[in-house]
Amino acid sequence: MKVDFNHIQSAHCENGVTTNLLKHVGINEITEPLAFGMGAGLFFIYIPFLKVNNGPAFSYRNMPGQIFKRTCTSLHIPVTRKKYSSPEKAMQELDKLLEKGQPVGAQVGVYYLTYFPKEYRFHFNAHNLVVYGKEGDNYLISDPVMEEATTLTSYELQRVRFAKGPLAPRGQIYYPGKDLVKPNKATIAKAIKSGIKHNTMMMLRVPGSIVGVSGIRYTAKLVSKWRDKYGVKKGGQYLAQLVRMQEEIGTGGGGFRYIYAAFLQQAHDYIPNDQLLSISEEFTRAGDLWRNAAVQSAGIYKGRITAQADFDVIRDQLFEIAEIERGAFKRLHKLNWK
Amino acid sequence: MKKKDLPQDRSKLENVTRELCYTQDEKGEYTTGLSKGWEVKAKALDVAWEDIKERTAEARAKVERGEASPILFFMELRLMDLPILAGYTGFWKWTIKRHLKPNNFKKLSTKKLQKYADAFDVSIEDLKHMRFNES
Repeated sequence: MKVDFNHIQSAHCENGVTTNLLKHVGINEITEPLAFGMGAGLFFIYIPFLKVNNGPAFSYRNMPGQIFKRTCTSLHIPVTRKKYSSPEKAMQELDKLLEKGQPVGAQVGVYYLTYFPKEYRFHFNAHNLVVYGKEGDNYLISDPVMEEATTLTSYELQRVRFAKGPLAPRGQIYYPGKDLVKPNKATIAKAIKSGIKHNTMMMLRVPGSIVGVSGIRYTAKLVSKWRDKYGVKKGGQYLAQLVRMQEEIGTGGGGFRYIYAAFLQQAHDYIPNDQLLSISEEFTRAGDLWRNAAVQSAGIYKGRITAQADFDVIRDQLFEIAEIERGAFKRLHKLNWK
Repeated sequence: MKKKDLPQDRSKLENVTRELCYTQDEKGEYTTGLSKGWEVKAKALDVAWEDIKERTAEARAKVERGEASPILFFMELRLMDLPILAGYTGFWKWTIKRHLKPNNFKKLSTKKLQKYADAFDVSIEDLKHMRFNES
């Protein structure tokens, strides 16, 4: 059985699953940037005490599942979401849904994802894809970060759906409900506003020093201490980790800033306030600076530059990014929505 | 970033996929472009794998010196830490810590060894002798 489903590649997995599933139910207006913005996807957090691959843990995105959830809720689209304790039951119910012609979003772990190159397969459990059919023992998979649709055997799919460890997917599936009212322009405009408001809150107003703009500043200070604390080699490894969290498939820090900039441009089509366009430019600048910081970090982990001053350059770059993003979100906060 | 600045460097994704990126056209409007890779990222990934290889080699040496059980070696090889291995085996973290000691490992029942072997995708014999198929 095969559902008529359109595979469209995206920059980030959850945005892609969201837009592709919405397109399937006939909602074509929601592009990847719009889903990302409505879902308040832009974020930063440094997580102390947690180690990922023996290095520090950062995230440039909000919690997995949030983008889909927020986008659908703010567009008043009903969502079905289910977790399982039994893998057999999880696979049976998936088959039933596919028989009914329902493409299904699924959270999976990357480690056993066979179509990814080995070098990318870490124990990262918050990847998303769409299952849209079954032919023999093969499930048809639309993984939004891949150029083409692909397949997984039932054994492989069950394995990735029941990957273990932090953020274990537990077979989680989700899809937009059937009885939905297509959003009109006003609903979309409202969803955009609510996404921006929530994102502003997350980046500026969460107390503590590890989340949002203050989290970026905190990380900046941390980075400048790594050389003294761990030495050039380990410091370099940590920087490489920061860059991987920032730029790798599905996590993208610099890339996320560009998507947000694109979101504000598209938001302008629904809310004709020219401020949105100029704030969009600020996020483009932030994205460029994230990339510059990555280039500087690469100098260190390639062993080309090793001085404390080189670590301090990254610190200052991150400080600058924090200020730009603070300014941009403050402007968003003060926007006159009318 | 302008579309013409989108890097097209070699990467491990070669022949697998290109990545979709948001870039600006001449007028500053956002569109999307496909990137083969970026050497800054490619190198960061290389650094991570060099570290993993070193850690795996160190773990093997430690097991051979009798300072740790083969579980340590396979944890490094399969990129697992305690919470992840606890997830796959169903053991508590502190239980695994005990099993990391060679003497405790030798006393493990076949049933428990099988749980580790399954988590690491090897046979019990291979688990004991630190053998594995590169796949």
